[in-house]
Amino acid sequence: MSVTQVVLAAAHPAREIHLYKEMLKIRETELQLARAYRDGHVMGACHTYVGQEAVAVGVCSHLQVEDAVFSTHRGHGHALAKGVAATEVAAELFGRATGCSGGRGGSMHLFSPEVGMMGTTGIVGPNILQAVGAGYAFQLNGEDRVAVAFFGDGAVNNGAFHEGLNLASIWDLPVVFVCENNLYATEVPFAYAAGNPEVAMRAEGYGCPGRAVDGNDVMEVDTVAEEAVARARRGDGPTLLECKTYRTRAHAEGMPEVGYRTQEEVDSWKARDPIALLRSHLMGTERVAADEISAWEDEARSEAVAAIEFAKASPWPDPRTVFDFVDASDSAEAARRS
Amino acid sequence: MNASSRTLTFTEAAREGLAEEMERDASIFVVGEGIGERGGNFNTTLGLFDRFGPSRIRDTPITERGFVGMCTGAAMAGARPVVDFMFLDFILDAFGELINQVAKIQYMSSGRLRMPMVLRGCIGVGGSAATHHSGNYYPFFLHQPGFKVVVPSTPRDAKGLLKTAIRSDDPVLFLEHKLLLATRGEVPSESYLEPLGRARVRRTGRHATVVAVGVMTSKAIAAADSLAESGHDIEVIDLVSIAPLDTATILESVAKTGRLLIADEDYQPCGVGAEISARVCADGFDLLDAPVARLNGAYVPIPYSPPLEQAVVPSQDAVVQALRDLLAE
Repeated sequence: MSVTQVVLAAAHPAREIHLYKEMLKIRETELQLARAYRDGHVMGACHTYVGQEAVAVGVCSHLQVEDAVFSTHRGHGHALAKGVAATEVAAELFGRATGCSGGRGGSMHLFSPEVGMMGTTGIVGPNILQAVGAGYAFQLNGEDRVAVAFFGDGAVNNGAFHEGLNLASIWDLPVVFVCENNLYATEVPFAYAAGNPEVAMRAEGYGCPGRAVDGNDVMEVDTVAEEAVARARRGDGPTLLECKTYRTRAHAEGMPEVGYRTQEEVDSWKARDPIALLRSHLMGTERVAADEISAWEDEARSEAVAAIEFAKASPWPDPRTVFDFVDASDSAEAARRS
Repeated sequence: MNASSRTLTFTEAAREGLAEEMERDASIFVVGEGIGERGGNFNTTLGLFDRFGPSRIRDTPITERGFVGMCTGAAMAGARPVVDFMFLDFILDAFGELINQVAKIQYMSSGRLRMPMVLRGCIGVGGSAATHHSGNYYPFFLHQPGFKVVVPSTPRDAKGLLKTAIRSDDPVLFLEHKLLLATRGEVPSESYLEPLGRARVRRTGRHATVVAVGVMTSKAIAAADSLAESGHDIEVIDLVSIAPLDTATILESVAKTGRLLIADEDYQPCGVGAEISARVCADGFDLLDAPVARLNGAYVPIPYSPPLEQAVVPSQDAVVQALRDLLAE
């Protein structure tokens, strides 16, 4: 082993450990939120990110706080990976005043622009266009910032995907398009919904690069995301990443896990769980001790539990604030006009 | 005309306002089809491409949903987009973006994100433009919380309101009736703004009030002038602002006249007149000496052939007749 390789090997685990802990944070928070849904604390719909953690973590690890993320109905993982506190995410799902959207949004409307989390959306597609627009603003204002859109395979047959990728490409905008192809749009198989199920190939139609990767291998996502974010920062334009992954829980909590898909298929993806994959790698090649990993897991779990406790203890929003923020004028005027 | 004003067309005045604002704030940009070197189908950006360059006067593909969604993100991220739809009919391809995103993002983000976006386009019946280039559509945006809508009828208002719309942190629809574009009027030489949300009393009177929307204003004034010959004294309010509605100005007028007609080229059901009527009945029932009357365009898709097209638009004579009926109540 050369000196250089020794240095890399020494540096490498630190990055992998960071990514591992980030994935754990999402997983443990999601499991607590799923439990809170079952217990009736989380109302409305709750789409968890369990099984897809490598994508948000691999991409967001290359973003600065000023960079902008536009996400989907399955957006808890993106918010957490972009730096929104688990306490604020949990409190939002609990409908509390301390939530990242002040209780106005719930699971599908997470806003925290202070850390570049520009929102999740309950409509499939618009966030792709909004990321393009943020890229336009960054380019216009001469800012060194990048915009990222996360979306599922369900979004790529929507016009927003087509219009957004084309606009970003013709104007060389600093945008990274991240398709999380988890094989099902709600319960409709992508193989049924797409004339050509290879999403990355569509990039060619817009004149920008497309890369397909194993979305359950966080290091693989990390590598292609680094290249795509760097390309955007250089002003060379957008990239489409297709991360092939799988959600191992139901589309939304309370919905069936199988029926539209087989238990065997779910089990085969669970065997390739992104967190378990990296754990094996850390224990095998990097020789991180099992008890050290267990300690990280315990820490992540207790932080997730603390986030739930914070949400439970948080106040409800004041109904008198219901007219606030409809527009840029003050709430009194808004109430008068209603 | 005094030394501090000139006569400009509606389009010239609005374009001057746009250019002044773009000169003042480098984060303002315009998108639209053919608005670059071509200067816009309606000359909305004529000459501005050379002054401000392609990133601020940005020609787009025919991708309305795409550029409205794009401008939504740009507004969230520190720019101030002006979307030029050419014909407002084209906005319909972007309706989901407008209602579900543009109108709601300030609320959902607790005001931490603002939505400084202007949506401008030509409206109205005229010139045999036929049904895909003649719509008005503004009641949709009064119904939905989160929008401001102005329909100016004079060059002075066109410039002053467009400037204010661009400075607003809310999404503002700036709607230009095709038949008003070449009309001329006095415009101050010095810089000025006109406020959003205010109706204008264009003609004072004591016997009845006409609230006119956009292009109907000049017909209402002409109708009032002709009725003056028979001793009727009609007040004409140019509504100007569809959202918010300036109910106070209307109620003040009705308190004086006791009779109200709303003249609007757009369709009647669930329209601006319906909302005004409901508000006046709720807040000014005791002021009324007669039922509130409405005069609207025919409730049909807009036809092409001139005799058919003219049949769907309320004429000056129709305004006169509606006022005679109202005065006879």
